[in-house]
Amino acid sequence: MAVKKLPIAKAINESMRVALDADPKVLVMGEDVGKLGGVFRVTDGLQKDFGEDRVIDTPLAESGILGTAIGLALRGYRPVAEIQFDGFVFPAYDQIVTQLAKMHARALGKIKVPVVVRIPYGGGIGAVEHHSESPESLFAHVAGLKVVTPSNSSDAYWMLQQAIQSDDPVIFFEPKRRYWDKGEVNTDAIPDPLHKARTVREGTDATLVAYGPMVKTCLEAADAAAEEGKSLEVVDLRSISPLDFDTVQASVEKTRRLIVVHEAPVFFGSGAEIAARITERCFYHLEAPVLRVGGFHAPYPPARVEEDYLPGLDRVLDAVDRSLAY
Amino acid sequence: MTVESTAARTPRRAGSGGKRASASAKKSTSAEKDVARGNDVAQGKEAAQGGEPELVQLLTPEGVRVENEAYDKYVADITPDDLRVLYRDMVLTRRFDAEAVTLQRQGELGLWPSLLGQEAAQVGSGRATRADDYVFPTYREHGVAWCKGVDPTLLLGMFRGVNNGGWDPNTNGFQLYTIVIGSQTLHATGYAMGVAKDGADSAVIAYFGDGATSQGDVAEAFTFSAVYNAPVVFFCQNNQWAISEPTEKQSRVPLYQRAQGYGFPGVRVDGNDVLACLAVTKWALERARAGEGPSLIEAFTYRMGAHTTSDDPTRYRRDEEREAWEAKDPILRLRAHLEAEGHADEGFFAELEAESETLGKRVRDVVRSMPDPEPMSIFENIYADGHALVDEERAQFAAYQASFADAPVNAAAGGEVN
Repeated sequence: MAVKKLPIAKAINESMRVALDADPKVLVMGEDVGKLGGVFRVTDGLQKDFGEDRVIDTPLAESGILGTAIGLALRGYRPVAEIQFDGFVFPAYDQIVTQLAKMHARALGKIKVPVVVRIPYGGGIGAVEHHSESPESLFAHVAGLKVVTPSNSSDAYWMLQQAIQSDDPVIFFEPKRRYWDKGEVNTDAIPDPLHKARTVREGTDATLVAYGPMVKTCLEAADAAAEEGKSLEVVDLRSISPLDFDTVQASVEKTRRLIVVHEAPVFFGSGAEIAARITERCFYHLEAPVLRVGGFHAPYPPARVEEDYLPGLDRVLDAVDRSLAY
Repeated sequence: MTVESTAARTPRRAGSGGKRASASAKKSTSAEKDVARGNDVAQGKEAAQGGEPELVQLLTPEGVRVENEAYDKYVADITPDDLRVLYRDMVLTRRFDAEAVTLQRQGELGLWPSLLGQEAAQVGSGRATRADDYVFPTYREHGVAWCKGVDPTLLLGMFRGVNNGGWDPNTNGFQLYTIVIGSQTLHATGYAMGVAKDGADSAVIAYFGDGATSQGDVAEAFTFSAVYNAPVVFFCQNNQWAISEPTEKQSRVPLYQRAQGYGFPGVRVDGNDVLACLAVTKWALERARAGEGPSLIEAFTYRMGAHTTSDDPTRYRRDEEREAWEAKDPILRLRAHLEAEGHADEGFFAELEAESETLGKRVRDVVRSMPDPEPMSIFENIYADGHALVDEERAQFAAYQASFADAPVNAAAGGEVN
């Protein structure tokens, strides 16, 4: 059994390496992904080993990256396109939403566009503006796209390979502030299905649902709550579209309380969708309204106050207290 | 300064000096040199007279064949049979188009973008492609679709509202119509990058209009294609109008000159001259096949009809302009040539007229009998690998439909599962 301890960034790198090795049609493309190895070094060494023809430094134009990735996919390639930072995806948003998401349906299923769009997302790294956003809802809202986000090294390794193997376009959000968190990766394991949520901590008093960078925050909150005698269950969604409501429902039927945590603004965020659907599914089980903890309806703030904007342990526990007070 | 580029044969680096440019110009093909020279002449003339640059023309509006040193060789093997094929393509395309306009007026189609006046640009360029060349059209390339062997009635589904595209692009190498302006130029570029990676010698041709040249995606397509030396031909039909806005609202320079800034050649061709469009596109496709990279063709033509059946051109342009272009009609021009050269007799024209009638009838019959899609088809083909939410909503909607008293017995079974 090959178990390695890898940071998330390195697990993603290894994952692309495996995919490039396994299928000559897989390409990696984006700004600075080649010689530099990406601004986060996530693609480090790939161009050296697989060549400039397969690990492609692109011109600095996001719509061009996505538009040409679509063309390459139509030709039979499986491009893994990197958008350097979350806030830079919008020049490519038209190609993703208008073209990539709809092409399979427009051709009545006769063509496939298996493009993966990797986007480092989220805050907490002290960056300047446009480098800390969480735009996942803007993609989950679009039929034709799938949206996933790993929270740990093992999922990063496996979920990216599953995304690359998928015949659908997948938006792959990478929790950039957790890039250097290490975790075990068993490269011989049989991975969970890509779109299945996972209960990462069992509990009985309330359920915390999170994904990506907030899973760690919620696990820490659960530890802290345990010291106060409260038992929190934590569900890592892993996939935002499709979203595994069955796993969330099963947890809520047990704990009867639900708090959804994400960095993205709460208003029209994924928590709103989860709250609505879980209320429909678990109306008679709920002891409290579904609560949400997330970003405010404000532009992502300057780095010096981002810790006040981002959900932290205290804000999560505050919501737990409010839920338990019902 | 010419539109000839250093980039096609030398590594693309910013700031290629004049020295390198002149050195590489010596290595250019004679056609390119002539194009370059032609543009020199054109630009000089433009500067001197403030007029439009010259365009490549092989048939005058009167149908007289004129020599062109650079491009004659690309049509040197054209036989009278070939000329009649081009003529037939244009006549049948125009007939199909007119039939579609009428069907829209009768309420059978929701909308139709007519290609009237652009038959030569589309048929000339379309017939220049090989079977293995891939076309990325806008939504007006009915003539190109015809040349690629696409059943024209397939083009009508999206305009009738029974689908959003509906054909298999790989059957004829003809991608789905693209409505958002300019997006397909990037798809064409990516596809061409893939062709190059495959080591294939086929080429890709992207169609777009004068308005699209203002889109960022077109600029990015030019950049990517140049940087990767992709085997793609950018075929711009400048039909003078982007709905109500004339080309002057899109550009201060003639559109073909845009290519120069990206490092590949651009040429303006008489878009109403099917022979010239054929020749110039063959030149560009051969260049692409030979690994010399992208090129831009500006087919100077005119949209004789409205932008679409919803448009009213009387609000923004004068009748005199249309009349002036009518004198340059692409079909009349080739007919005059065929007749003057004795390449076609009355029998040919009569037979074509009969064929045209048959096509018109078939188009009408097919459209009128096109069934509306089943409501459950809304849930089909959204994902290749399925999606839990789609499955859930499909089941809910099927149950809702089945809840009506007059629902068919098996309605709850729902539509097909992906």
